[in-house]
Amino acid sequence: MITAERKPFDEIYAMTEGHDKVLVAGCDTCVAICLTGGEKEAEILASEIRIKAKEEGRELDVEHTAAIRQCEWEYLDMVADKVNEFPLVLSMGCGIGIQSMAEKFAPKQVMPAVNTNMLGMPQEHAVWLERCVACGECVIGETAGICPVVRCSKSLMNGPCGGSHAGLCEVVGPEGEETECAWALIWERLKAQGREDLMLANRAPKNWSKSSSGGPRKMVKEEAKPA
Amino acid sequence: MSDVVTLKAGSNLEKVLSAGKFGVTGECGPPKSADGGVVEKKAKTLAGCVDAVNVTDNQTAVVRISSMAAAYIAQQNGVEAVMQMTCRDRNRLAMQADILGASALGVRNVLCLTGDHIGFGNHPQAKGVHDLDSISLIRMYKDMRDEKRFQCGEEMDVAPALYIGCAENPFGDPFEFRAMRLKKKVVAGADFVQTQGIFNIPKFKQWMEQVRALGIHQEIKILAGIIPIKSAGMASYMKKNVPGMDVPQEIVDRIAAKDKGEPQQAEGKELAVEMIKELAEIEGVSGAHIMAIEWEAAVPEIVEAAGLMPRPAVS
Amino acid sequence: MTNDAQEAATMTVEQQLAADVAVVEAMPANEGFEPEIIVFACHYCAYAAADLAGSMRLQYPTNVRMIKLPCTGKLEVIHLLKAFEAGADGVYAAGCLEGECHYLKGNLWARKRIGHVKTLLEELGIDPKRVEMFNMSSAMGARFAETARGFTERIRKLGPNPVRPREGFDPAEAVRARMGDAALPDDSAAEVAGAEITAIIEEGLKT
Repeated sequence: MITAERKPFDEIYAMTEGHDKVLVAGCDTCVAICLTGGEKEAEILASEIRIKAKEEGRELDVEHTAAIRQCEWEYLDMVADKVNEFPLVLSMGCGIGIQSMAEKFAPKQVMPAVNTNMLGMPQEHAVWLERCVACGECVIGETAGICPVVRCSKSLMNGPCGGSHAGLCEVVGPEGEETECAWALIWERLKAQGREDLMLANRAPKNWSKSSSGGPRKMVKEEAKPA
Repeated sequence: MSDVVTLKAGSNLEKVLSAGKFGVTGECGPPKSADGGVVEKKAKTLAGCVDAVNVTDNQTAVVRISSMAAAYIAQQNGVEAVMQMTCRDRNRLAMQADILGASALGVRNVLCLTGDHIGFGNHPQAKGVHDLDSISLIRMYKDMRDEKRFQCGEEMDVAPALYIGCAENPFGDPFEFRAMRLKKKVVAGADFVQTQGIFNIPKFKQWMEQVRALGIHQEIKILAGIIPIKSAGMASYMKKNVPGMDVPQEIVDRIAAKDKGEPQQAEGKELAVEMIKELAEIEGVSGAHIMAIEWEAAVPEIVEAAGLMPRPAVS
Repeated sequence: MTNDAQEAATMTVEQQLAADVAVVEAMPANEGFEPEIIVFACHYCAYAAADLAGSMRLQYPTNVRMIKLPCTGKLEVIHLLKAFEAGADGVYAAGCLEGECHYLKGNLWARKRIGHVKTLLEELGIDPKRVEMFNMSSAMGARFAETARGFTERIRKLGPNPVRPREGFDPAEAVRARMGDAALPDDSAAEVAGAEITAIIEEGLKT
């Protein structure tokens, strides 16, 4: 699902400058599941902001709320009364939720209290790994169910590169964490499936026009539109 | 080998290798400044002792004079260049445009690479392009040259004259796949390959067995990579810190047994010469690619001592 | 993470506690300041230990206000933050000895959450030594009293919470309000007894 991480506290607190009423708005879907921006976390952030304001002897009215899903108009209707009481909203929803709130309640200032970071999979409790980058043209049927676009650091269609060593990618994470070489994984699984031929075929260049590189995308389901 | 060889680009490197001679290429890293004089100097050092010199392309994701410009400067100063092109910094438009420009400027050899990840370099916040990978790049250049077609399918009237190269790491993983990966590059259209620096000759021989089993040595010219060691510290660093390099402990020890400075350098050069001679004996090896990193001055000596001077003049 | 927080992450809990105590010991006494402290005590061990302390007539400061929980695992981050927001100077949780939690792992979760609250306090410029986790068995009346005294002294030295409540605002009540049913009713004479005894002794000292 979509995952996000809370912005550093100082960055969030700075957003309240010049305001005396702030609403922290959580979302109880994706960001709640990744333990970043649900109602629980919105309440905690509101408390933290109040604590800081009191430390500074500053009058700041901070409350919190949460929408079941911030990206749906109907769910935002349910919190509209509350939102309308506040001139500034700090949204803990993902980028989609934040923008939905900003649009619905425009021109009210809706600020992002989180950095939306990836489409992630909870590998184990409290650990999320990036799995998809919404490239618009899924090829994982040819790569044994492993995405070469986002799990390979260089998005190779014909990997691995010369830097793959002992199943690991040459790129390490910010704290020195190891990354698996996606193409080493693809090779192993293709072998297990008896489909090594897929590894030998030279794959054509990716069509990036289907990805966000081609411009913001839109999906319409005509069959679902009202008659 | 037929008597009449149809050349694809007519470059010096191509002529030497196609004539069945043992080829020698060198490497030159352009400077991190606008000083073309640095390239000039390196080119002049290497002129006459190599058939062509590789000019690196923002190596390790550190910004330097572009490979095309440095290749041109090298060729103006007495040595043929192998331009390098990585997939990290340019999309398919730029890569096609640059190769047309390079060809128009007289550059005839190009090495197609994936490129070290942007995170390794001095601009880690930049966007790594990776529109294509090295195999698609080889294919794209081959189609430009042989089919006179751009990647989009449109035709051009004057095609670039290119001798297309690639790189391969015999010590990378998965080991069993490495020869197959080179085969993919051959199928894509590579004419020659330069390997990563070799120190573990037995393992390299194993890889060459796999390569020969797939008939690759008859379809492509293989140049074995040699990195002359300048110091025990350098050997040790490569062993521990460079992913994909296989440096046996005996080699580190051999260099360390000598005193620092001149004695270690001499030992390093001697080792390089020994390795070139041994590698030249392996069936399927058509040349040596000498990567004397910031030690270009050592190359003439090494080539001479390996009995490879003078370089052949093939018409 | 700050350097302190990074170092803390690599120390064991005992080492961290010892380090904190050492830092506090070196601070000036700051007599005259009476801190407001809230302790979350679990029914099975810490609260029973408090009871025992009362019946043994062991002194512990009146500064300490107790909130009883079925288990320290019931404590949530917001409860701890609420205490500070409402002006408490120090907060600690007292649970069963590790490995002896009546609900098996509740005290382990409490320790983790207290650790997280330390990080949040640091973000807010509040000393993370103001919140702590302690473990004891129901037989450890003396340890309960000693912990209460020791923690009160620590907070006395740290001084008042930079967040000061409005007049008459009661941190313990604010926390109870937020906790709702999670907090158990205060049904023991221990709290009252402890305060009574202390008052008597102090009266006696004056004469």
